[in-house]
Order: sequence, then C-alpha cells, then structure tokens
Amino acid sequence: MPSFVNPEKCDGCKGGEKTACMYICPNDLMVLNPDAMRAYNQEPDQCWECYSCVKICPQGAIEVRHYADLAPLGGYVQPMRGTDSIMWTIKFRNGNMKRFKFPIRTTPEGSIKPYEGKPSPGPEALDNEALFTEVEGGRVTCTPSDFD
Amino acid sequence: MALPNKPQWELLAEPDLTKVPVEEKVVDALIVGGGMAACGAAFEIGKWMPDGAKVALCDKAALERSGAVAQGLSAINTYIGENTPSDYVRMVRNDLMGVVREDLIFDLGRHVDDSVHHFEEWGLPIWKKEGSKGKPLAEGGEPVRTGKWQIMINGESYKCIVAEAAKAALEEKGYDLYERLFIVKLLLDANKDNTIAGAVGFSNRENKITIFKCKAMLVACGGAVNIFRPRSTDEGKGRAWYPVWNAGSTYTMCMQVGAEMTMMENRFTPSRFKDGYGPVGAWFLLFKATVTNGKGEHYVKSEAAKAELAKYAPYGQAAVTPTCLRNHLMLFEMKEGRGPIFMDTAAALNAFLEEKRAEGMDEKALKKYWKELEAEAWEDFLDMSVGQAGLWASMNIEPEKVGSEIMPTEPYMLGSHSGCCGIWVSGPNEDWVPDDYKWGYNRMTTVNGLFTAGDGVGASGHKFSSGSHCEGRIAAKAMARYIRDNADFAPSLQQSEEELKEEIYKPVKTYYANYQKTTHEMVNPNYIRPRHMMERLMKYTDEYGGGWSPYYMTNGKLLEIAMHHLQLLREDSEKMAASGLHELMRAWENLHRIWCVEDHLRHIQYREESRYPGFYYRGDFPEASSTSMEDGGWLCFVNSKYDPKTGEWSVFKKKLHKIISD
Repeated sequence: MPSFVNPEKCDGCKGGEKTACMYICPNDLMVLNPDAMRAYNQEPDQCWECYSCVKICPQGAIEVRHYADLAPLGGYVQPMRGTDSIMWTIKFRNGNMKRFKFPIRTTPEGSIKPYEGKPSPGPEALDNEALFTEVEGGRVTCTPSDFD
Repeated sequence: MALPNKPQWELLAEPDLTKVPVEEKVVDALIVGGGMAACGAAFEIGKWMPDGAKVALCDKAALERSGAVAQGLSAINTYIGENTPSDYVRMVRNDLMGVVREDLIFDLGRHVDDSVHHFEEWGLPIWKKEGSKGKPLAEGGEPVRTGKWQIMINGESYKCIVAEAAKAALEEKGYDLYERLFIVKLLLDANKDNTIAGAVGFSNRENKITIFKCKAMLVACGGAVNIFRPRSTDEGKGRAWYPVWNAGSTYTMCMQVGAEMTMMENRFTPSRFKDGYGPVGAWFLLFKATVTNGKGEHYVKSEAAKAELAKYAPYGQAAVTPTCLRNHLMLFEMKEGRGPIFMDTAAALNAFLEEKRAEGMDEKALKKYWKELEAEAWEDFLDMSVGQAGLWASMNIEPEKVGSEIMPTEPYMLGSHSGCCGIWVSGPNEDWVPDDYKWGYNRMTTVNGLFTAGDGVGASGHKFSSGSHCEGRIAAKAMARYIRDNADFAPSLQQSEEELKEEIYKPVKTYYANYQKTTHEMVNPNYIRPRHMMERLMKYTDEYGGGWSPYYMTNGKLLEIAMHHLQLLREDSEKMAASGLHELMRAWENLHRIWCVEDHLRHIQYREESRYPGFYYRGDFPEASSTSMEDGGWLCFVNSKYDPKTGEWSVFKKKLHKIISD
C-alpha cells in the first residue's frame, strides 16, 4: 500500500524550511522534484505504509493506495494527526465508513525536559549497575538470589 | 522518447570523487542508530560523561520516526511490574527453547520498568484499570495488562515521544545529532589490537562522506529484513512484518571487525494476519480469540497437537507454548491439508457482547460497549500496522462478522522480539554472573570499546521496545565507564580518507563507468543493481536456507548449495552499481544483508538439530537435543567469529549456564 501524492494539494512545502515528507520518511522514499515542486515516492515497493509522510504533510496531500499485489481497489485509511490525538477515517470497498479518534500524547509537543528534577549521580556511581534515575534504590540492585 | 539508459534518481551520486568532500569528526562516544536502543543511550549517556565530553548520534533516517517503532505500537510487551525479573528469565528461557543468556535477561528485567515510567512521564498514554485512571505507573497506577508482561498503550506517537526526549537530552549536553547519515563500516584501531577506533558513513542528502574517530561506540541499528523471499510478489514486499529498512547493519558491521556472534541460527518467523501482517497479540490476549484450521477445528487442543508438543519437552509442555512451536502446530495443519488457519475474531468479539448481555446490560449500554470494543480492535492495527486496516477495508472485512487468515511470514533476524540472534556481549560485572559471561563492561562485544543493544544483543530476546530502550541505557553507562578507564586512548585509523572514500563510492563509479554501454540502465552485464542483489539473495535463501516456500525446511546439502550461491553473490557485490544517493544506501544495505544471512546459514549448518521447529527445520536432524554441550549435545550456544585479519570464519560451541532455577 504505497503512499502517493496528490499534485493538486502538494506545494513542495515551498513555504517551509524543508519538505516534510522527505524529512520524515524512515526509508528515504519521499523526495521533492524541484522542477515540479511536488514530492513523490521514489521506490513504492519498499514502502512500509507507516504513514509517517501522510501524518506529517501540512497540506494533507499524501494518501495511500493499497498494495497492488494483495489489496482490491477501494479501501481507504486516512489519518488527521493533531497535537494530542489522531482521527482516523476508514472507508471500505463497499462504501461503509468508520471513524475513530485516539489520544496520542498527554504532554504538549516539545515540552519534554528529560533531565529536569532528575538525579545527577557523581562519577563514583559509575562503577555500579544503577542507571542515573535509579540511584535512589528500588529493584535495580537486586540479584537472582533475592527471588529464590 | 529518450533511451532508458540514464540515472533515474532524484538525488544523483557524484562519480567525480574530487567533488565529494570528506569530513572527519573526533568524539568520545559514537551512537550508531536511532531506534529505541539508541534513544535510550542518548538519554543515559549525558549523565555519566564528564563535562566537555563529545558524543554524537548518527541515524540514517530522522530520529522522530526511525527504527522499528517508527509507525507506533499498541502495547509495551515488557513491563515487569508486579512480577519478578527471575520469572521474566523463566518466560524468555522457555520461549526460546532453553538457550539464552540469563544474566542479560535478568539484568534487563531489573531495569526495564524505569524506562517505561519515563515514557509515561514524557507523555505516552498508558491504559489504566478502572480506579487507577490518571495515576502514573511510577506511583502505583495499575496498567491494563493483556498478558503477564504486556501493557496496552495509545502508542501512535510512541517513537516521536521517545525521540523528543533523546533529542532534548543530546541538545542539553551539547552533543551532536546527525540525521540521514548512514554509517556503513566500522574501523579498527591502527595500533591497539581488537579495538574500535571509528566508523565511516555517507549522507543520503548530499554527496559527502563522514569519518568518525571515537573511543567507544554503540551500534544499535536493528535486525534484518528482506533477507528471505517475502510472500508478497510486488508492491507488497514493502509490507514486511519488521521494518523494511532494517538491513542487518548491526550484525554485519560488528561481525566485520571481528565481534563474536551468538545464536545467529535463531530467526523469527511470526504468524500474523495474512498479507497485511497485522499484529495478533491483542487478538489472542486482549480479545481471547482462538485459532481454527480450515475445518473449523480448534487444532491446538487436539491429541495430535499434544503429541507434537510432547516431542519438544520440557519447552513444549510448559503452560505457555513457545512461539516457534505455535508455528509448528500451524504448519502441521497446513501440511496435512487442513489449512488455512483462521483467527476467529467474530466469535471472540461476540463472546464479549454475549457476556455483557448475560450480565443484564441493556441494548443502549451494549451499543456503547460495542463502540469501545470496536475502537480497541481497530486501534490495535491503526497504532502499529495501518496497512492491515487498509487491507480489511479493501476486502470489506468486519472482524465481528468474519474471521481472518493467519499465516507464518518470511523469516527475519532480530534479537529484541521473539527471536534472539545477535552479538555475544559481556553481562554485568557482578558476582552472580558466571566468569565466562563477563569481561568488565556490560553489553560490550568481544571487540574493545564496541557496544551493542536491542536487536544487536544475542541470546536475550523478548526485550521489545521498552527493553531495547533500557538496554541502550545500560550500554551507555558502561561506555562512559570504558571511556573513563581508557582516557589516554587516542584512536587512529588503519585506512586513509581517500581509501575509505573510494570504497564507499565504488558502486557510484561502477555505475557511471558502464551505464551507457547498453540502451537500458537496468540491463547491463558490467554491473548488478542493488535491487537485483536483494532479489537474488531472497530467492536462494528461501529455496535453500529454509524460507517459507519449502515450509522452512533445509538440510546439510541444501545449505551447501546456499553457501555456494552466497559466495557468488559476494563476488558479484564487488560490481554493485548505484546512480543516486538513495541507491548507494541500498547498495550498502544489501551488502549488510548478504553478510548477516551468510552467518545465519553457517550457524544453521553447524547446529545439527532442529531447536526451533516452526522457525526452521534441519531435515537431516529433525529432533531438538536436550543434551548439554559437555555431553556432546546442543543445549549450548553456537557462536561464530569472522577474523578481519585472515578473512576466515569460525563456528563453535559455547557453554550455557543456568542461573535461575526452574
């Protein structure tokens, strides 16, 4: 089910710093053709249908046409990803529709401060097996004999 | 119309190497990879390195959506919670037919929950039981468990969240993140024997090569996919169960510098919803669905199935049947002509409704309950395998009305899921760990300064996403210690910049020297394109190395033929041609694939038994041995080592220690 780009919606992210789909694709499939100012999938048979490009596209220009060798035409799954939830629309070949909304995160995007309020163990702690957040005890120092 | 003998890619590779710059960077620690393990390392390492230290992370994709969790997940499969690390070891040991590194698994079990607690703190929604809503796990919140070890999440953004934390940690410490930089080769030190000194890679965005020098390195770039012929025939090849971009780079790069490998004969052949490869875990565990054969029989309960399982005692007779044996029973039905295998989704979902009806729930409440149940069922796919949802939509499949076929996939190599191939590493430096399991630095390979985690660590499966993150953290701390203990080490490389550049860009030079010698760039006797390499590899591994088409069956003679084909393939790999930067990435990925598959088949050749029925069979040795190595049996590790000095491979047995009692 490779991704494809709707040329009427894609603007090549001309107003942005980078072409979003090209930036995100984990398999380096999405590329911008600068002459057409449109993106495309350069190797459709290596597309994992992970939807990373679909979810990130600011124009909603990317959809997915199900894998030709296994899926009949007509099925359609399209997300709208917000900052805290994602809305899915599923259209069946027979026209039936389903819609689902799921939460995706409980904190604002970009808000993570990984070290705020966390311990900073000194170099002397480097020789034990506790991770830096585990220096205050817990299960970390246990050994198999504790559970015999 | 122009002749099709021109390069087709959008970003072309530069054949004039004087125009390809080489940059050299010197760091203390280098993290290669961007998935869960690498993100865990990025989070941990900054707290242990001294001020002013230099650390870099290289990802061949973008950290926000790279690795096996790029698409998301609907569950975290390793959360110890109320269980003990010892029980965790027992579960993993049984599922992997007895041959595992119990020290590594126990060690993971005692740390993994801390990673899960951080995921929740960073913003990952974790399902909680009624009465526990809003209460974090770290404060005693009770998760919705589907199995003893699994918890449910709303995990569409799982990787985005974990990557954001990793990026923020790197940034806070002033460390460097390089995206779209594909590390393809590790470099040994020129002076100090068996010691890592650096790595080299290239950008898939511009014509540029980067050489790193480092004191210690973590290589964690996943398992191997597209190494056996997929069941799909065309576009569907992309719908691999494991991420299609995992090219065995972890195994091959470490193997090539002499790291000892372990259990590379192990593979994972998951049974998944046919064609879309959607997950079955929630259907089995959360929805309590059962599987039937084509005759509608619950074959796993049959006398014949019990007899099959008894052949593989004690593992086959444990309360939870090992994953490979569940496949074995399925294949048994299929080969006997009683296929296909169905997941009875309709009966499972309707049983929930019937139960509520019997409890007296009125129709209105029932309708609401059904909406929630239906959403849960679809979310399982939408969070981690959207393509399966698409296939159901295309096929008009509503799971409450009809069941769906289940099928064992093509084999994959991995060390973090229900498989355990990988690299032989040191366990924790503690008294309870046997001496031959430890050499000073936790998760260090047998090459000084070279560490691995996640799919890279062998003989310790069932880590999954959380365990891989945690293992990256464990390795990162040990790396910091190694760097402290080797503060005077100044890495120096054996190869010159020019030599490395020539080697990396060789496929580009091959292409441009030859592409106009025919009228079609894809058909040219002077070179082989990366995709053709991959197709040939997958055909022969399938036919001779026990892929799906011969029902995962191989034998000594077939493996001999496989080895011959691999030898020819490796010779031909010298003539790989790439015209674009994307294709240069494919060229190196396929080189990585060939090497790790060769090691996989060498191990299968060496282990004269069928330890993982359902994953693969040696037709000439159909039994699984329960005899220890000391008594000449196979209850032991099989390890291998490629010697970078001589180019020779050795394969040998290694003693297994049972640390945790039954």
